[in-house]
Amino acid sequence: MSRSRLFSRIGAGIVKELSRGQCTAFYRTSFIQRPYSARWQPQVELHPETKGHQGTISQKHRQFSSTATGSDSADGSDLNEMISVAFVDKDGEETDIKVPIGMSMLEAAHENDIELEGKDYNAIFLDQHISFLVDYNWVLCFCTGACEGSLACSTCHVIVTDMEYYNKLEDPTDEENDMLDLAFGLTETSRLGCQVIAKPELNGMRIALPAATRNFAVDGYVPKPH
Amino acid sequence: MAIFDQAIRRLSLSLSLSRRRSSLSFSTLSSNPLRVCVVGAGPAGFYTAEKMLKAHHGAEVDIIDRLPTPFGLVRSGVAPDHPETKIVMNQFSKAAQHERCSFFGNFTLGSSVSLSELRELYHVVVLAYGAESDRALGIPGEYLSGIHSAREFVWWYNGHPDGKNLSPDLKSTDTAVILGQGNVALDAARILLQSTSVLATTDIASHALEALEQSSIRKVYLVGRRGPAQAACTAKELREVLGIKDLYIHINEVDLHKSPEDEEVLKNNRIHRRVYELLSKAATSAPSHPSSSQRELHFVFFRKPDRFLDSGEGSGRVAGVHFEKTVLKGAFLSINGVVVTALSHLLYVAQHLNRTVGPGKQIAVGTGSYEYLDCGLVLKSIGYKSLPVDGLPFDHEKGVVPNIKGRVLAETSGDPTQLEKGLYVCGWLKRGPTGIIATNLYCAEETVASISEDVHQGEIAPTSTFPKPGRQGLLQLLDNRDVRAVPFSAWEKIDSEERRLGNLRSKPREKLTTYENLLKVATE
Repeated sequence: MSRSRLFSRIGAGIVKELSRGQCTAFYRTSFIQRPYSARWQPQVELHPETKGHQGTISQKHRQFSSTATGSDSADGSDLNEMISVAFVDKDGEETDIKVPIGMSMLEAAHENDIELEGKDYNAIFLDQHISFLVDYNWVLCFCTGACEGSLACSTCHVIVTDMEYYNKLEDPTDEENDMLDLAFGLTETSRLGCQVIAKPELNGMRIALPAATRNFAVDGYVPKPH
Repeated sequence: MAIFDQAIRRLSLSLSLSRRRSSLSFSTLSSNPLRVCVVGAGPAGFYTAEKMLKAHHGAEVDIIDRLPTPFGLVRSGVAPDHPETKIVMNQFSKAAQHERCSFFGNFTLGSSVSLSELRELYHVVVLAYGAESDRALGIPGEYLSGIHSAREFVWWYNGHPDGKNLSPDLKSTDTAVILGQGNVALDAARILLQSTSVLATTDIASHALEALEQSSIRKVYLVGRRGPAQAACTAKELREVLGIKDLYIHINEVDLHKSPEDEEVLKNNRIHRRVYELLSKAATSAPSHPSSSQRELHFVFFRKPDRFLDSGEGSGRVAGVHFEKTVLKGAFLSINGVVVTALSHLLYVAQHLNRTVGPGKQIAVGTGSYEYLDCGLVLKSIGYKSLPVDGLPFDHEKGVVPNIKGRVLAETSGDPTQLEKGLYVCGWLKRGPTGIIATNLYCAEETVASISEDVHQGEIAPTSTFPKPGRQGLLQLLDNRDVRAVPFSAWEKIDSEERRLGNLRSKPREKLTTYENLLKVATE
């Protein structure tokens, strides 16, 4: 299995590069003008009833994004406005990423192709890794959280591994706590990724993705109705 | 804003370009793909499809539904004033638009096509059609008019085509009793008590809005068998209903008394703790009497319905509910001696069957003392129930399909090695009618992991040597039977028409609520 995982990763990596190459121009030009969150939300056209909520979120980020304009922070060229955050996946593997100040961890994960939502079975089939060619862009759109950051679900649940960093965050609001109530594998330092916003004090923070509670149906956990 | 729109357009363009590029590369469209059919286009079905598409890069996934519209309870269950919960439709739409995925609605498993036919047509069939019926109380008077299941009421206000004709009578009474204190009960209470000017800005069905505008209901009783420490709702919905403007809240302070068992429950369960705190805060901060114009919400604890009473004169209409007062008993307290282990095991099983006992394992038992409550409307919010189809092993007691991690067990009495090959379940049909939308994400992961394992280990015949007709075969079969399946593009037409109509009334969407209208727009 480890061999197949490795090959899949290589496949994915190659494809990622190919795919990036063709899309870079688009990403760069749009970055400066737009709030972070808007870049991966073409869905507003699909369901305008959600616009109100997305609007508020975009608004929030618009303030932040003004700090990042003028330099192409997406390339990490301006380190003053980026912090380092490590994402630890379910297998304990760590990915260090640079996050611009003002960006949420949900968006940062998305930017870096880290899937917060559930467990990823991409790597199961070695012989099919080539199809990342087709799926890359599609996969890209799939780690945005079920509610796209509008504080109506718990799918972007993350765990801040260090209490010291956890204490540097603003306290969760009642609304965030309401959603954390429903998160799987809740811990003392759990937060929603969409609510953890990069700021200078968080440089060096580690964030773990909760292990999916795969046998939730038999371990006594009784989920509540929606 | 113009910049924003421009950027969105550019992004859409880029996505469509990449899509075109993808279709040229063609590497995944094998001529004999793994053909998968997911029955039911709700959260469980869509999460399953999404996970299957990701895990099997050659698989072709068809999602079918009996309605012409996809998204199941996201469309017809989630309350109209929770638009943010419905955002997940965007994610599901992406799955449906994926090149290896299709949606076909408007035909029913069990009548238009049988389960055995589906299993012939596809390598893998995943049943995710949820729970479209209700648990019954089994007490006298349950079928009087004026008594509805909360599911029917929810379908009615959400414009489900099977819910339009419910027409609950909201005009001949000022009091409604809702049995149950879960989130569905709270949703129903909120819809009954909320100002219609607030509801008018949501995608609530217009027939429901009109009826609510003329409603004479001023008082709603939310009745539970157990206490505030065991209430089944979550903090978000409770906070919402408590926050309705100009609403008088009544909670008996004596009900808030905590037993040592309650303390234990609250200590160990964050949801119960936060719900209890909200209730307790509401009880102490409420004024002692409502003002004359105020609508009222009463939380009634420790009562179980005993029978329904009609208004006499053979009207057949409900006029009130007779309740028995209850107390909580620790599940093992009254059991003595040797039988403890056996009985506790039975109780444990019973708890899992009924899901009536949450953490803390305390059950409500009658005290023999009774109470009567006048009302003209009753909504039973005591749980949904799944229904079987022909050829499907089904556990009638639990209301689920017997399964191991989503693999359907053959009916041969509990032998875990006897599996129905290629047949899987996900969602409420698999684990019973509980959980939030995201619960289905984990549920689907488990089922898809089982499928992946079975494919990998050859439990599912290799698709190259045993090709199946899949989508084409299904559509051919439906065509032969004169059944008109409706594709996702038809839903997109319905979607845009609903939004256009909504726009005229300053609502996000005006739902089409009859099959006739839905199909008319779908086939235009």
